[in-house]
Amino acid sequence: MTVASSPIQRPQRREGSMRALSNRILLYLLAILFSAMFVFPFFWTVTTSLKEPVELIAYPPTILPETPRWENYGQIWSVGMGISFGRFFLNSALVTGAALIGQILTAFLVGYGFARFRFPGRNVIFAICLSTMILPPHVTIIPLFVLFRELHWIDTFLPLIVPSFLGGGAFTIFLIRQFIMTLPRELDEAAIIDGAGRLTILFRIILPNAGPVLATVAIFGFISHWNQFLEPLIFLNSARKYTVPLGLWFLRHQEGVAGLPRDNLLMAASVLATLPIIIIFFFAQKYFVRGIAMSGLKG
Amino acid sequence: MATNTSQVSMPAEGAWWHIGSRTRLSRLQRLEAIQGYLFISPWVLGFLLFTLGPMLASFYYSFTLYNVQTEPRFTGLYNYSYAFSDDPLFWVSVRRTLLWSIMTVPVSMVASLWAAILLNQKLRGVAIYRTCFFLPHLTPVVAAAILWMWILQPDIGILNTFLDKVGIRGPNWLQSIRWSMPALAMVALWTGIGGNKMLIFLAGLQSIPDSLYEAADMDGATGLQKFRHITLPMISPAMFFNLLLGIIASFQVFGMAFVTTKGGPAYATYFYALHLYQQAFVSFDMGYGSALAWIFFAAVLFLTLIQLWLQKRWVYYEGAV
Repeated sequence: MTVASSPIQRPQRREGSMRALSNRILLYLLAILFSAMFVFPFFWTVTTSLKEPVELIAYPPTILPETPRWENYGQIWSVGMGISFGRFFLNSALVTGAALIGQILTAFLVGYGFARFRFPGRNVIFAICLSTMILPPHVTIIPLFVLFRELHWIDTFLPLIVPSFLGGGAFTIFLIRQFIMTLPRELDEAAIIDGAGRLTILFRIILPNAGPVLATVAIFGFISHWNQFLEPLIFLNSARKYTVPLGLWFLRHQEGVAGLPRDNLLMAASVLATLPIIIIFFFAQKYFVRGIAMSGLKG
Repeated sequence: MATNTSQVSMPAEGAWWHIGSRTRLSRLQRLEAIQGYLFISPWVLGFLLFTLGPMLASFYYSFTLYNVQTEPRFTGLYNYSYAFSDDPLFWVSVRRTLLWSIMTVPVSMVASLWAAILLNQKLRGVAIYRTCFFLPHLTPVVAAAILWMWILQPDIGILNTFLDKVGIRGPNWLQSIRWSMPALAMVALWTGIGGNKMLIFLAGLQSIPDSLYEAADMDGATGLQKFRHITLPMISPAMFFNLLLGIIASFQVFGMAFVTTKGGPAYATYFYALHLYQQAFVSFDMGYGSALAWIFFAAVLFLTLIQLWLQKRWVYYEGAV
């Protein structure tokens, strides 16, 4: 196995450089081969999404559609018992947006509290916070269902949004706390001498420096809210309220027209469901690994 | 993760922050403490309302007969004894879930580490490879299920067409008792290898100082020796974290099976979380569902404690001599 290459070369020049070259070629081959393996199902989804219904059942399957049918993408906005896919998108955008704002805002407050304040019981409370990460959602979901039912929140977006406004989850808090601890305390202290309050310090001094960790928690948060399945499945009833993953699941159980498969439309919907996450990830990915590395989750 | 609490930097002057400490706080210290509590109060409130409260409620429900419509009726240990001795599907789901963990966790650990090492090389366009590897992890589970059902379609699916070309008659995959579990495992590896596990390994690899490898080069160490004596110990905390959360996550497998196989065929992919969902939200037997949840939680807790105990033997924390 090849390990992180070191800049220093061993003495035997010729032989060494020949081996290094063939090693590099092998590395590129592996990286490309595995990238292709990971991407192929997407490629297949996209091409399928552009096929005609009859072409779907052709054997052997055609790799590329004979004539790409872009109408498929238009069609999914108007399928399924009068509910358009656009509705699911709107619902998901609303839930994800609201939850993300709450999550980031409150996780910054809490992370800052754990990182910069000394108070009795801090370590114990922080340990409890971290330990909630191993708690399976199944342990709390039944009473949560009962609670939200009492509150008349079932079939509303509130169960998917409100909990995010209360701390934003242990992992997010952990990442933010670790990040704030890497910033020099002198910054805070200088601001305190200047008469700044704690909130001012958080928003004026810490937040502007928090780019990488902000990007990291935003991606993690976006992925988890956008892709959430179990909670909407249990807390939402009417199809009008469905988020994108539930909407996809709902579309899957709709009948096709004239016995022909509608997998092309399902594929188009799947592509669109994934697209927002890919776009977000693409723009934020350079901060991503850095943000995690900074958290001190390291060797 | 819990291990990181030991790294909390605390001033050494005194133990005044411990609960029950008699030492009086100065006015400034008291102000700081109050502000601290205010800052963490959103989490504390959320924990009480949406975690601790529900946990206690679920613990209580687990000793009752409860269908949401009528008040819970106390039945003692009945739910637990029913699960262990009278519910055949309980043991089916436990066995299916354990088999799943054994099939997926070790492979995905090794593969994720391997992928992280590969993507930690100084390759041109490494960001593109990283995005490709990570892409499956970004896919919503239902979308992944839909696209894999299409690929695994027995007659016109691309996988069996390909197998046909090389002279293998592909199985019925998701409709086959024998192959549905491996098929789901394959999908899980596709989504999991390049996901969070790989990123955490990558972050771990990147924080290994180059000077260690340079020193080893001076001593003429081989690649394998460097891997064994530098890389592995240095990333062992990341490995521990991934293993702990990986096992717990594997126990919770739900979405993929729920969408594709619904636990079938013939309960071949009937995982524990499906059983719990079925009992609690289809049969509305919330009491029994809660008992299942607590059995699950006890198992997770037990495994976590074992791993926390075992980690002392193999996880290396820098600075913690």
